[in-house]
Amino acid sequence: MKKQLESRRFVIAAIFLAVGFIYILRLFYVQVLDDHYKLDADNNVLRRIVKYPARGLIYDRNGELLVFNEAAYDLMVTPKQIQEPFDTFAFCKLIEIEKEAFIEKLEKAKKYSRYKASIFEKEISAKGYAKIQEQLFNYPGFFVQTRTLRSYPEQTAAHVLGYVGEVNAKKVADDPYYKSGDQLGISGIEKSYEEALRGKRGVERVLVDVFNREKGKFMDGAYDSSAISGSKLQLTLDADLQHYGELLMQNKKGSIVAIEPETGEILALISAPTYDPNLLVGRARSLNYKKLTQDTLNPLFNRAIMAKYPPGSTFKSINALIGMQEDVLSPNTYYSCNQGYYFAGRKMGCHAHRSPVNLVYSIETSCNAYYCNVFRSIIEKYPTAAEGYLAWREYVTKFGLGQQTGIDIPNELEGFVPGTDYYDRYYGEGRWKALTILSLAIGQGELGFTPLQMANMTATIANRGYSISPHLVKAVADQPIALTDTNLQRRETGIAKEHFKEVVEAMAKVVKQGTGTLARLDSVVVCGKTGTVQNPQGDDHSTFIAFAPKEDPKIALSVYVENGVWGSRWAAPIAGLLVEKYLNDTIAENRKWIEKKMLEGVLIANTAEEDETE
Amino acid sequence: MRRSNVIDNVDWFLVGLYLLLMLFGWLNIYAAVYNEEFQSIFDTSQRYGKQLLWIGTAALLASVILFIDERFFATFGYLIYGVIILLLITVILVGAETKGATSWFAIGGFKIQPSEFSKFATNLALAKYLSTINIRLDRLKTKLTAAAIIGLPALLILLQNDTGSALVYGAFIFVLYREGLSGNFLLIGLFAAVLFVITLLLQDVTLALPFELTLSGANLLIIILFILLTSIYFASRQKKKITIWLSMILIASVGLIKSVDYVFSNVLEPHQSKRINVLLGIESDPQGAGYNVNQSLIAIGSGGFSGKGYLEGTQTKYDFVPEQSTDFIFCTIGEEWGFIGSFLIVALFMTFLLRILFLCSRQRSAFARIYGYGVAAIFFFHFAINIGMTIGLAPVIGIPLPFFSYGGSSLWGFTILLFVFIKMDADRLEVL
Repeated sequence: MKKQLESRRFVIAAIFLAVGFIYILRLFYVQVLDDHYKLDADNNVLRRIVKYPARGLIYDRNGELLVFNEAAYDLMVTPKQIQEPFDTFAFCKLIEIEKEAFIEKLEKAKKYSRYKASIFEKEISAKGYAKIQEQLFNYPGFFVQTRTLRSYPEQTAAHVLGYVGEVNAKKVADDPYYKSGDQLGISGIEKSYEEALRGKRGVERVLVDVFNREKGKFMDGAYDSSAISGSKLQLTLDADLQHYGELLMQNKKGSIVAIEPETGEILALISAPTYDPNLLVGRARSLNYKKLTQDTLNPLFNRAIMAKYPPGSTFKSINALIGMQEDVLSPNTYYSCNQGYYFAGRKMGCHAHRSPVNLVYSIETSCNAYYCNVFRSIIEKYPTAAEGYLAWREYVTKFGLGQQTGIDIPNELEGFVPGTDYYDRYYGEGRWKALTILSLAIGQGELGFTPLQMANMTATIANRGYSISPHLVKAVADQPIALTDTNLQRRETGIAKEHFKEVVEAMAKVVKQGTGTLARLDSVVVCGKTGTVQNPQGDDHSTFIAFAPKEDPKIALSVYVENGVWGSRWAAPIAGLLVEKYLNDTIAENRKWIEKKMLEGVLIANTAEEDETE
Repeated sequence: MRRSNVIDNVDWFLVGLYLLLMLFGWLNIYAAVYNEEFQSIFDTSQRYGKQLLWIGTAALLASVILFIDERFFATFGYLIYGVIILLLITVILVGAETKGATSWFAIGGFKIQPSEFSKFATNLALAKYLSTINIRLDRLKTKLTAAAIIGLPALLILLQNDTGSALVYGAFIFVLYREGLSGNFLLIGLFAAVLFVITLLLQDVTLALPFELTLSGANLLIIILFILLTSIYFASRQKKKITIWLSMILIASVGLIKSVDYVFSNVLEPHQSKRINVLLGIESDPQGAGYNVNQSLIAIGSGGFSGKGYLEGTQTKYDFVPEQSTDFIFCTIGEEWGFIGSFLIVALFMTFLLRILFLCSRQRSAFARIYGYGVAAIFFFHFAINIGMTIGLAPVIGIPLPFFSYGGSSLWGFTILLFVFIKMDADRLEVL
């Protein structure tokens, strides 16, 4: 018996050792094999305090400030630090919220963390902040964190500048730079230059205990970095011109794009109707955004780069150039026009004018029959219609039409020039010819170009044969973009320079004595071409392309005024005023009446009235 | 002549382990409450300063014990036990309350916790009783008397609302086992514990049966148990002999399973049942009951293989782990010394415990041997529960890690407990 009990000490020793062994295994697992405790520990004790950089400022080409930052104040709360008794009534009165909202917000904060600070009330105004700041020491656990909000002093160029908003969950997941609650550019320049504008966040690592009390800097700040402000941007826009264009387009739908031909710099990019960019800032953003999306005039839609319009008669200049390059047309080619072009028992109508018509006069008077002949001779120069069409299409695309210009804001659309497959599908392969697609001769039919493409096309004519990629940013952090941006390309049309002479001459006559006389200036020779875009849904669209001065052009632009009918009626005078404004800075006295008429013109009357009665 | 032999006969290996553990313990208390503002180690306004005072007095106490005649403890064993029982009763009546437990006498700036000394006294009384001639543990009367000696202080400590310290008395099961208690008691205890845990895990399980009948987890467990026992019965050759045993096991198990719910919701305090639930993974509550364990695991886990370096721990230093200088002192070790350090400490405790077991086996007197097993059992229980709870393997029971946790009473108590045995061992040759 005694002997037997003696051996029990081995059982006891075995139990001791077993426990010791299990503990060592467990410790090995927790300390060596399992990583996630280390991460938890870092979060626990190292509080990363993010230093938000100021977003870059945006100026126009003349140094006028377009976008700056305004301070906004977030009221933060650390639920654990709230002390009883807490005067809820007084506090609610101070920050002007209901008691129910207070309870709800506090619950939300508690749900996030009792120990970490979270936003209690977003974007308090500077005035509200001043009031709260005086009293806040009475409420431990609450403090105010400053942030910045975008502000737009000129209230202009909303579509170009875009807007800034809070980063969404997907972006946070995709891009490690962003943390929930960060601001980022959502559209326009704010989006495309996000990386330059956002600057670099700084980080300060402080040691904190479980009650969120700071215990000093981690490693004496060796790993800290200070915030670097976002880069300043200088746009190519001329704020005055942009603003003036927006005024002229008020109460109208349409778009204006103006380019400096020599550089491709966009001087104005207008989509009407527009909106005040300040609407999409701060607390009111979501509400205003909803209102804007529900507006039937679709003010958020950037027509300048997203709307597709047929070019109308403005396209005759291009067909003339192609014809000359293809050697089927010379300045002395005459065609007769008897109020239209007759083919296969059908007729492409034309208005009454002198006949026969030569090249210059054909543009000046915008003769349809002339271009039916030109187009047909281009296509029929080749063995098959498809080959001819492809040759023609090649020139069109070299004018940057029907493809993205590569402008430095997002969401640009391509426009449309049909391929042969399109007609093959529609008419059957080999079953279509020049006459089938004759509407292309006068810029109607399937063609769809954005106002930006049209402006770029005009700049190409102004340059007599080439264009520079249109762009909106002139310099980032005082570094001219032209030196660094490989996207800026010189695009050649392949059309000999001498062919432009006649076309330019003709366009000057259009303004001097033809359909675009309302764009005529005494001081400068303006070249232009009117167009009337057939619109099956309602009144035709009025369009005009122009550049000036005739020699060494400084501005090229395209104007579309929806439902403005004749190009001469709305688009031409608006283009003239813009050219005058840009080149002369003032509108001549004898042209004030035009300005007044344009400013007062209302082409969306019906819709506007509907809005009011709602 | 023999007196001078005391110094020679003392097991210096064990004393060395004791000093080593105490030194490590103090270094970690210093680390746990380290604060750049107070760097003097003698500053008694800080815990490490006070602990240094406790260590000094403990060493003094140890030397005094070494010069007390070994027979003193055998003779006055019951008296010491009686005095301690009286103190335990007194403290309930006039004690100071700390964290819900009234287990302290406040004397000046220091506080004394009698329950830390009652382990020693109980062990002494139990050893004296079990070493009495003609005492046999297979008699019911002996069992009951031993249970009473152990149970009385445990009950009093329970009344002080200090459940953790009361549970320590369960460690004496090892002593009883060594002295002849049937091994079945260990097995039954283990079986009951397993059953308890399984029942808790199954408490929210309900099986849907055909005919709109449902079967609760507890009943499912009973059915499984019944099938198991029945198959043992049919597989057995001595059917008659085991029938009564099997039926008893079944009845007891059903009783246990059925009472778990009652015990859990009516006997245990809400925070206790919550801690058990968290440990079993039934409830997750990282900010509440699970907070301590979670933070403790983070601290220990973040130490990695080699630790963050002495005084470099961030988790323990910045108060993430509660009770870091007392019950959760092991976190500091785990965080600052890493796996190497925690391995070393566990190994050190193992060596310490096995050394005590070894000394037990060489005792000639039953009194010294039984006392020695008691010492080993108490130290083991503290070690297993304290470290176990910091690494999530044991429920959070607030008992100190011997020689590591801050506290004078526990250090004194453990020192007395250990050195009385060292003294007995040193004098073993005198025993005839």
